[in-house]
Amino acid sequence: MSAANSLASLVKLRWWEAALWLLLLALPWLMPTHALLISEITIIALFAMSLDLILGYSGIVSLGHAAFFGMGAYTAALFAKHLHPDPMFGLSIAMLVSALLGAVCSLGVLRGSDLTRIMVTLGVALILQELANKLDWLTGGADGLQGVVMGPVLGRFEFDLFGQTAAWYALGITLLVFVLLRRLVVSPFGYSLQAIRDNRLRAQAIGIPVHARLVAIYTLAAGLAGLAGGLQAQTTGFASLDVFGFDRSADVLLMLVIGGSGWLWGGLVGAVVFKTLHSVISAWTPQYWTFWLGLFLVLLMLVGRERLLRPWTWGRKA
Amino acid sequence: MSDLVLTCEHLVKRFGGIHATDQVSLQIPRGARHALIGPNGAGKTTLINLLTGVLTPTKGRIHLRGEDISKLPPHERVRRGLVRTFQINQLFEGLTPLQTLAMTLSQQRGQGARWWQALGHSPDLNLRCEQLLAQFHLTKVMNHCTHELPYGKRRLLEMAIALACEPRVLLLDEPAAGVPAGEREELLQTVAALPVDVSVVLIEHDMDLVFSFAHRITVLVQGAVLTEGPPAEIAADPRVREVYLGHGDQHG
Repeated sequence: MSAANSLASLVKLRWWEAALWLLLLALPWLMPTHALLISEITIIALFAMSLDLILGYSGIVSLGHAAFFGMGAYTAALFAKHLHPDPMFGLSIAMLVSALLGAVCSLGVLRGSDLTRIMVTLGVALILQELANKLDWLTGGADGLQGVVMGPVLGRFEFDLFGQTAAWYALGITLLVFVLLRRLVVSPFGYSLQAIRDNRLRAQAIGIPVHARLVAIYTLAAGLAGLAGGLQAQTTGFASLDVFGFDRSADVLLMLVIGGSGWLWGGLVGAVVFKTLHSVISAWTPQYWTFWLGLFLVLLMLVGRERLLRPWTWGRKA
Repeated sequence: MSDLVLTCEHLVKRFGGIHATDQVSLQIPRGARHALIGPNGAGKTTLINLLTGVLTPTKGRIHLRGEDISKLPPHERVRRGLVRTFQINQLFEGLTPLQTLAMTLSQQRGQGARWWQALGHSPDLNLRCEQLLAQFHLTKVMNHCTHELPYGKRRLLEMAIALACEPRVLLLDEPAAGVPAGEREELLQTVAALPVDVSVVLIEHDMDLVFSFAHRITVLVQGAVLTEGPPAEIAADPRVREVYLGHGDQHG
């Protein structure tokens, strides 16, 4: 196989990718009673995808990615309440504001070790959460921001009570982002991020402007997290302090661990598995579901994803 | 003078009271085959780091093709054609050799920030990729993940990456270090076959390689230039024998 063919084969959308997306887009129609859950999982998957850009592709560890999700959620909610009810308009503003915040925060993650970055990202999320709590004249404080009424999507599709419109809206936006990112990760830009992740010293030595690249991807990831947050606020008509919560940042990290990082489908797979585990286990044993989740994670880490998915290899030596 | 590609004048680097580099001046003409030798701790690596911009000199200037690059960050120097390899392989373990080289070439051609184009979008870049893969005996393993490659191949990839940067000056930091005997010949051939218009500065302990490759040799001792000259002159110099060859031979 020639170099050109090998490189081109990475770009092409696989048949199963297209098939999976068709299935996903058909879900609100196939399972109308689960439409709310579908949009919830989709939004979380988008959020996980945005984290994967910096974690899986660029090697930046973050425990505060919810900062941008929350920023997007409050921006979208406030925008709809006070300025304009159009969903797409509000969503672009939410994305823009979160990206701006990301650009500022990116300066804090350029230097230092992984531990420094974890602390900086965690700190930013905590600060924003407390700000949203204190500025109750604007954000509703601990009660959350209520009474957000959205206009119809694209001026035509009203949000319905069962969440079908919301599910398609979330799926549509997520598909759009997926298609763009699918191209981005196999571009020279995308590969330069992976080079920085693998070996920063050498990345610099082949002429990659490391800082500029990291600022760019951190800003984009923040914007996309804001997009997810905005979607959540718009589809639920509500924004509350938990959008900034540490739990949210930690959960999304778990999803990437489960689904696999450095792989765009990882966020989607992780979100689906995590949410399914959650609802199945907590229906079975409501009090102890985190015990079983914890056990699953320990097994996943010790055995490895590859082996866990291939039970027939368990007998063989590693 | 116009034929000089890389020069540095009175380069000084102090770490506290230690002169790691002490008034070093070098003149590297186009197409040079220049070796830099010296016992351990002579400041060879510090000098490389100063030239490539990893360290900033305490005093002195560095010129690349007439332009003062003393203040430029490392990646800007690479874009101007000053490229190095590393004594210890510095590879991108998660990428394949093909991806690594295509990405490196696109960076060098100023397309590195393009997120909307696929890598491998440009046919002449792909062609150059195939040339490099063939030149460094990597064609067969081009789609293997880098972390799976045997050591000799990794060493070749190390050099291929540098050449993908389209260098005018190539700093080779101990290219033969740690290469097993069976894979050595392949490596020596590729070093000998480097493009003639590229100036090569070789830092090496392997005296066979140094004396077969270099047209000029600079000897560094304790951060300063002891002497510089053609190989025959260096080999005959009693001071060089004293400080280096006399007890440095175990590397050869």
